Amino acid sequence: MSTWPLLSLLTFLPLIGALLMLFIRGTPEEVSRNCRNVALLFTGITFLLSLKVLFLFNQSAGGFQFNEYISIIPELFSYHLGVDAISLSLVVLTTFLMPIAIIASRHVTLRVREYLISFLLLETMMIGTFCALNTMLFYAFFEGVLIPMYVIIGIWGGQRRVYASFKFFLYTLLGSILMLLALIFMYLKTGTTDMTVLLQMAGTSSIFGLDVQKWLWLAFFASFAVKLPMWPVHTWLPDAHVEAPTAGSIILAGVLLKMGGYGLIRFSLPLLPEASQYFAPLVWTLSLVAIVYTSLVALVQEDMKKLIAYSSVAHMGFVTLALFSFNTYGLQAAMFQMISHGVVSGALFFCVGILYDRMHTRQIASYGGVVNVMPRFAVLFLFMTLASVGMPGTSGFVGEFLTFVGLFKATACASGTMNDQYVAMFSWAPTVAVIAATALVLGAAYMLWLYRKVMYGEIANADVAKLPDIDKGELLALLAMAAVVLWLGVHADALLDFLRSNLDYYNTLITDRSLCQVMTPPVMQP
Amino acid sequence: MTLDLILPWTAVLPELALAFAAMVLLLVGAFGGDKSTNSVNIGAVFSLLVVAAIVWVLQNGMGVEGKLITPGGFHTASSFTSFMKLMILAAAALCLLIAPGYLVRKDISRPEYPVLVLFSVVGMMLMVSASNFLMLYVGLELQSLALYVLAAFRRDATRSSEAGLKYFVLGALASGLLLYGISLVYGFTGTLDFVRIAGVLTINEAHMGVTVGLAFILAALAFKVSAAPFHMWTPDVYEGAPTTVTAFFSVVPKLAAMGLLMNVLLVPFKPLAGDWELLVAGMAALSMIVGALGAIGQTNIKRLLAYSSIGHVGFALMALASNSPAGIEAVLLYLAFYVVMSIGAFSVVLLMRRDGRMLEEITDLAGISRLHPGMAAAMAVLMFSMAGIPPMVGFFTKLYVFVAALQADLLWLAVVGAIASVVGAYYYIRIIKVMYFDEPVAGFEQPPEPCLSTTLVATSMITLAGVVLLGPLSLLAKLATAGLLAP
Repeated sequence: MSTWPLLSLLTFLPLIGALLMLFIRGTPEEVSRNCRNVALLFTGITFLLSLKVLFLFNQSAGGFQFNEYISIIPELFSYHLGVDAISLSLVVLTTFLMPIAIIASRHVTLRVREYLISFLLLETMMIGTFCALNTMLFYAFFEGVLIPMYVIIGIWGGQRRVYASFKFFLYTLLGSILMLLALIFMYLKTGTTDMTVLLQMAGTSSIFGLDVQKWLWLAFFASFAVKLPMWPVHTWLPDAHVEAPTAGSIILAGVLLKMGGYGLIRFSLPLLPEASQYFAPLVWTLSLVAIVYTSLVALVQEDMKKLIAYSSVAHMGFVTLALFSFNTYGLQAAMFQMISHGVVSGALFFCVGILYDRMHTRQIASYGGVVNVMPRFAVLFLFMTLASVGMPGTSGFVGEFLTFVGLFKATACASGTMNDQYVAMFSWAPTVAVIAATALVLGAAYMLWLYRKVMYGEIANADVAKLPDIDKGELLALLAMAAVVLWLGVHADALLDFLRSNLDYYNTLITDRSLCQVMTPPVMQP
Repeated sequence: MTLDLILPWTAVLPELALAFAAMVLLLVGAFGGDKSTNSVNIGAVFSLLVVAAIVWVLQNGMGVEGKLITPGGFHTASSFTSFMKLMILAAAALCLLIAPGYLVRKDISRPEYPVLVLFSVVGMMLMVSASNFLMLYVGLELQSLALYVLAAFRRDATRSSEAGLKYFVLGALASGLLLYGISLVYGFTGTLDFVRIAGVLTINEAHMGVTVGLAFILAALAFKVSAAPFHMWTPDVYEGAPTTVTAFFSVVPKLAAMGLLMNVLLVPFKPLAGDWELLVAGMAALSMIVGALGAIGQTNIKRLLAYSSIGHVGFALMALASNSPAGIEAVLLYLAFYVVMSIGAFSVVLLMRRDGRMLEEITDLAGISRLHPGMAAAMAVLMFSMAGIPPMVGFFTKLYVFVAALQADLLWLAVVGAIASVVGAYYYIRIIKVMYFDEPVAGFEQPPEPCLSTTLVATSMITLAGVVLLGPLSLLAKLATAGLLAP
C-alpha cells in the first residue's frame, strides 16, 4: 500500500470524478441526480483516503512524508508532493468539508453538472496547494483555485455576482503575482524551487540579508494578506461571501482563507525569519485593527452572511496575531484556530444557507422565532454560535485561549538577552492581548444578537411559520461538524500532539534563529 | 561537378523549394480558376509540410552547432533559424487549414489566397535566415507585399480595402525607416554583412551614426511586430482584414519579425547591447501597458485580440531585453505557445456564425456555455492561458519570461509586466464572464467544420496540458539559442 502514490491519488481523485461527470447522459433530472451522487461518492472516497493517509502518517518522524517527485522542467519546476503534520491537518480539513459542501448544494438546480465539476476541480486545487513541495507547483495550485472559484461565484452567486467574482479574481491575482516574482527571485538566488531544500538551507543559516528579506516578505505578504484576508485588503471577502452560493461560502471560509495562513507558516516565517520579526509590529497592528474594527462592523450588519464574513476576518486576525508571537504556543494557536475556524465558520455558513434556501433572503429583519418551527436546527445553530464565540468546551475556545497564552509567553521571552527593539516590541504583548480580548466581547455580542434576532421572539411572518425543519442529510452534516468541534474542544491534545513535532521544528527555525542571531553578533560564514 | 555547384546553396534549399511550389500552385490556380481553390489549398499545406521536413532533415545534417552559409554570406541556416522556420511553417499550415470555410462564406475563395500565403512565408524564411541587411530587406519586402494584398483580399468590402491601404501606407513608411537605418549603418561601418558589422563594432567604438541607424532599424522592426509605440495600425488592420487573414497576421509574421529582431540585435548589434537593451525594455513596458489598457474598452473581439497580441509581444520583448541565453529561450517558448493559443482563439472567432453571417462582437458569445459547452470550455482554457493563470501553459511561458527578466536585474520591467497581467486578466476573464455568466441569445450554426473544430480541440488541449511539453520543448529552445549565439 505504501508504494501507491497516495498523495497524487488524493489530489487528483476529485478531478477524475469531475471528468467522469462529463460522460453522464440522460434527462436533465437524471443527469443532476447522478452528478450529485458521483460528486458525493468521490468527495467521500477522497475523505476516507485522507483518513488513510492520516493513519499511515508517522507522527514521531518529523519532516515531509509520502514524497513523490517527478522533474518536469529541470531545476525550475518539479512535481513534488509531500505532507507534514501542518499540511496534512489542512488536507483533512479540506476533504472533510467537501462532502458537506456537496450536501449543502442540494438546493442548487441551475446547471448542476458544471456546478459540481467546479467544486471537484476546486478540491483538487486546494489539496494540491497543501501537498505541493515545489514553490512553483505550490503557486500553480494556489493560483489555479481562482478559476473554479471565479466561475462558482459568477454563475451561482446572488445579485451582484459578476462584480463580486471580478473583485475576487483581480484582487487575489494582484497579490499572488507579486509573490510569484518573490518566488522567482528566491529561485535565482538559491538555485532551487524545492521546499525541502529551502527549509534545510533556512535551518542552517539565513538565506538572505535583512534588506532583501524585507522586500521578499512584503511580496509574500501581499499575497497571503489578501487571501487571509487582513485589514485593509479584506474588502473582497464580504462581497464574495454574500454573492457566493452556500457551498462556495463554506469552502471559501473553511479552506481558502487557510491558504493565506498556511503560506505564512510555510514561507514567510521559516524562510524570512528576520524580516518576519521586523514586520511583526505591522502585523500585530493590522491584526488588532482587523479584530476590533471588523467586529464592530459585524455588529451593524443586516445581512446574515455579511455578518459571518466579517467575523471571519476578525477570527483570522487571531491567527496572524498568534503566528507573529514567535513561540510554539503561538504556532499551535494559529494552526488550531485555523482548523477550528474552518469547521465552525463552515457550519455557520451552512446554517445561514439552510435558512436562505427556505426563505430566499439573508436579511436578519426577515426572520424571528425560527426556533418554534425548526427546533433541531436551532440546537445545532446555537452550538455553532457558541463555538464561534469561544465557549469553553468547543474548539473555538482552545484556539483563542492559546493565542493569548502565546502572546503572554512572548512577553516572558522579552526579558533575558534580547536586543532592545524586540524587548520593546514584546513588552507590548499584554496590551495587544487585552485589546484583542475586547473582540471576544464584541464577538459574543454580534453572534448572540444574530441568534436572538433570527431564532427567538415572536414568529416574524407567515413564511417563517411554514419553515420545514432540517432533513436527514443536513442534520447528518451538521452533526458531523458539531462532533468535530466538540471533540477538538474537549480533547484538544489530539490535534496539538499531532502537530507538536512539526511545530517544534518550525519554532526552532523561526524563533531561535531569528531572535538569537539578531541579538548575538552574526556568525560570519567562511 | 554539379554537386560542387549545388552544395553551397543547400542552406537556401527550403526557401527555393517553397518558392517553386508557390509558383507551380500559382500556375495551377491561373489555369484552373476558382474551381481549383481547394486543390491549391491542399497543395499549399502539403508543400509547407514538405518544406518543414526539408528543414528538419537539413538541421539533422548540420547538427546543433553547425551552420550552413551561402556563398557571399547572405543567408545562414542554423539551429535557431530551423526552430523559427519550423514554427512559421507549422503556424502557416494551420492558418491555411482553418481558412476555407470562412473564405467560401465571404465569397473570396480564390486560389491566390494560399499562393500569397506561401510567398509571404518564403519572405519570412528569408528574413529569419538573413545574415546580410540586403537579404533582410528583400525578405521583409517579399513578405510585406504579400501581406498587403492579403489584408485587402476582400476587395469589394470597404473595411478590408481600408485595412489593406492603411497597412500598406504605414508598412511602406516602416520600410523607409528601415532602409534609412540600414544606409546609416552601412555608411558608418562600411559593410552590410552581419558578422562583419559585429566585428567592426567590437574593434572600434561605435559612431553616433550607427546608433541612430540602429534606432531606425529598431523602430521599423517594432512596427512589424506591432510593439508600442508603433502599434497604431494593429487594431484597425486586425478588425478590417478578413478573419482568416487576421489569424494569420496575429501569429506568422510576428514569429518572423521576432526571429529577425533577435537575429539583428544579437548578431550585428551585439556589441551595442548597452544601447538597445534599454530601448527594447522600454518598448516592452509600453507594449504591455498599451495591450492591457487598450483592450479594456473593446467590444469587437478581433480588436480585442489585436490589443492582446500587442501585450504578448511586450512580454516576448521583456525576455529579449534581458539579453541572455535564458531570455532568448524564454522568447522562443513564449512565441511557440502564443502561436497555439492565438490560433485557437481565432478558430473560435471563425466558429462564430449565425444566419449565414460572421459575428465579431464579444456580446455575440453571450451564454454559449449552455449551447456549445465544448467550445466555451476550449475558449475559457485559451483565455485563462493568455491571462497567465496556472495550470494553463500560458502561465509557464510567462514564468520563463519573468525568470529571465529577474535574472537580468530588470525588476522594474517584471513589476510592470506583473501589473499588466493583472489588468490584462480583466478583459480575458470578461470574455469568460460573457460566455458563462450571461444569458444565452442564440446558438451558432451547426455543425462546425471538422478542420476548425479539430484545430480548436487540439490547441486547447495543448494549452491545457502544455506543461508536459515544456521539458522537451525547452531543450529544443536551448539548442536553438545555442545556434543563434554561436560565433
